[in-house]
Amino acid sequence: MFNFHYRLERNAMGLVLAIVVVASIGGLIEIAPLFTIDETVEDAPDMRVYTPLELAGRNIYIREGCYACHSQMIRTLRDEVERYGPYSLAVESKYDHPMLWGSKRTGPDIARLGGKYSNEWHVAHLYNPRDLVPESKMPAYRWLMRNSLKIGDLGEHLAAMRAVGVPYTDEMIANATADAYGQANPDSTQAAGVTARYGEATNVSLFDGKPETLTEMDAIVAYLQILGRLTDVAHKTEQASVE
Amino acid sequence: MIQGTWIIQRGGVGMVALLTALERTYAAIILVFVICVGVAMAVAGRGDLMAAHGWIVALFGMVVMAVLLRGIDAPEPWEERFREYYDDPTKVGIILALIWGVIGMFVGVWVAALLAWPDLTFDAAWASFGRLRPVHTSGVIFGFGGNALIATSFHVLQRTTRARLPDQLSPWFVLIGYNLFCVLAATGYLMGLTQSKEYAEPEWYADLWLVIVWVVYFLIYIRTLARRREPHIYVANWYYMAFILVVAILHIVNNLAVPVSIGHAKSYSLFSGVQDAMTQWWYGHNAVAFFLTAGFLGMLYYYLPKRAGRPIYSYRMSIISFWGITFMYMWAGSHHLHYTALPHWVQTLGMVFSLVLLVPSWASAGNALLTLNGAWHKVRDDAVLRFMMLAAIFYGIATFEGSFMAIRAVNSLSHYTDWTVGHVHAGALGWVAMITFGSLYALVPWMWKRPALYSARLVELHFWLALAGTVVYVFAMWNSGITQGLMWRTYDQNGTLAYSFIDTLVAMHPYYIARTVGGLLFLAGAVVAFYNIWMTISRPAPVDEGAAADLPVEPPAPRAWAQAGE
Repeated sequence: MFNFHYRLERNAMGLVLAIVVVASIGGLIEIAPLFTIDETVEDAPDMRVYTPLELAGRNIYIREGCYACHSQMIRTLRDEVERYGPYSLAVESKYDHPMLWGSKRTGPDIARLGGKYSNEWHVAHLYNPRDLVPESKMPAYRWLMRNSLKIGDLGEHLAAMRAVGVPYTDEMIANATADAYGQANPDSTQAAGVTARYGEATNVSLFDGKPETLTEMDAIVAYLQILGRLTDVAHKTEQASVE
Repeated sequence: MIQGTWIIQRGGVGMVALLTALERTYAAIILVFVICVGVAMAVAGRGDLMAAHGWIVALFGMVVMAVLLRGIDAPEPWEERFREYYDDPTKVGIILALIWGVIGMFVGVWVAALLAWPDLTFDAAWASFGRLRPVHTSGVIFGFGGNALIATSFHVLQRTTRARLPDQLSPWFVLIGYNLFCVLAATGYLMGLTQSKEYAEPEWYADLWLVIVWVVYFLIYIRTLARRREPHIYVANWYYMAFILVVAILHIVNNLAVPVSIGHAKSYSLFSGVQDAMTQWWYGHNAVAFFLTAGFLGMLYYYLPKRAGRPIYSYRMSIISFWGITFMYMWAGSHHLHYTALPHWVQTLGMVFSLVLLVPSWASAGNALLTLNGAWHKVRDDAVLRFMMLAAIFYGIATFEGSFMAIRAVNSLSHYTDWTVGHVHAGALGWVAMITFGSLYALVPWMWKRPALYSARLVELHFWLALAGTVVYVFAMWNSGITQGLMWRTYDQNGTLAYSFIDTLVAMHPYYIARTVGGLLFLAGAVVAFYNIWMTISRPAPVDEGAAADLPVEPPAPRAWAQAGE
């Protein structure tokens, strides 16, 4: 073995090939089957895609680095299930490009945050977390209230999402901008199209409390309110034992 | 300081003068191309943040072009100069590494302070924790670590092959191009541009640019090896090559994405959900393995034996640990996803390989420490060598801790807590930064042909600041992580959870302050290092007799393979 190596280390290209081959094996065996084994991702026939407004909110969540402190992955541990709700299933992040499972909980897990608090609570909390939770370490995101939301190009965003495998229809892509506006303005004419395309249960609301402008606050609250609610398969299925 | 500015100006012209006339022309063409790409990005990205990056690219190209033009008329370098090693990119890389190091560590202290005092954001989006945190991680990993790796790899490659780099232009392309990537990364985060993939945050165009830079880097390695005057490729180069090759594989696969349009900075990852999570942590864990371990082991295998004046203890241990690390690390990433929606079989594989990984890891650490046998008096007297010894010890500690935390039951407690953060910093401060500072302290007098560093006592001061800072930081995070992990799972007599989440966060406050203090100590050490190295460089150069022997050889000369090269 050492004699073989004694020869190998005299051959630069041989060494290069050996490194590439040896290093590729682990990833191939662990990652490739995840795309082919059916049981990896559960079925969820009722699952819907993100609305344009929720997707815009998700992009703000990414932009602000929220994932650095909040996980969206409840583990199969008893205390986590009791604290946060049913453990997360793979299918629940099927449309998450990229996934936001997170790796650190400086703040709590928010995989099942949707519907837990009112829109008003979220707006006030994002505006200054310490008004509601005096001990909080979360930054105050006041600029979300000031910044108007960019919605003109949301159709292109949906098209890119479709390119990576999310089943957006042509109609959804064509109406993305109008749907983003309508979802945050329940009294507008555009509101009806949102529920027609994304389902009756879609949360159409004055998220930031202000009808006149569409702000980044509208989008982020719309996103936070859908967390864990694209499908209710995790609540319906019998959960395997937790440790 | 005036003297320093003079050195930079003279240095810039002098460095351009060492390029051949043809290389200067190629450099100008490349820079014009870069400036055009920048302007094109600014035009295509109107109304998008990409426009800002376009202008940054163009401006970056113009600054480099200005340096080039100052020396473009210099006479062709003497034939004699091509018989020497080519060290200018290494010198600039050392300075850049130190600058990025101070910036990255400063931002690290800042984000640490934000966790203790969250209102320090001052209502500015760019100054919030979520945007500054990747500036810290990329700044220290890619800015500080990456520049140090590029700088030392060019030095080690030439000395261990006894061959000059194949040309003068491509190493500059790699070094300057890489720093353009780092600038795009850091400025992007502040503006809110991120893919959210940890340690792979830069957006698609920066990723594409890094691929080009990386291919040239690989070609420099292969071309220099082809010119080598040593039959055997020294072990340090195996590690540098593994670093270059595997980082390329990881970078390309993990960053596969579809941009919204050619004028949008934003892209959507090709993978989603569980597949994306596994790909991300296959990348993330092996960024630790091949960026933060393999590359720095390359440093260790050259600078430690050189400084100690001892050959590497065991050639066979080097072989076993090299291939063990190259093979097994790539399986270990799934231990970041214990108890998640990742299939159980992948979690188990990740845990098993993480445990076995301790064998090659400790073989490396042991090999380094046993190399010091017979030189322990030097470790006592020479703080530079002591930095390297401490790095090997922390490497051993951090890899043991890593294997331990990969055990499912342990991970159920440690994951999502500060214990992970503490573990990362045991490796990053204790291992990566210590071996880097030790290597740079050894390298600077050789590169600038000085008899010694400006001050050995400042190295001593830096050593104790760095050690104290690391210990304070790691102990704070062990305490906070284990405390919080236990509080999360504590039940009261009624069988309900005893603590609310916010109770556990309140318990973290003293540790977050302690961690800020630890980071501040470490940062102070880095500033001392910067000052010491700057003073070493800016002092007038005395005639150094030893430098005359530091030349590549023309005729091939057989040498013992188990020794560090010249």
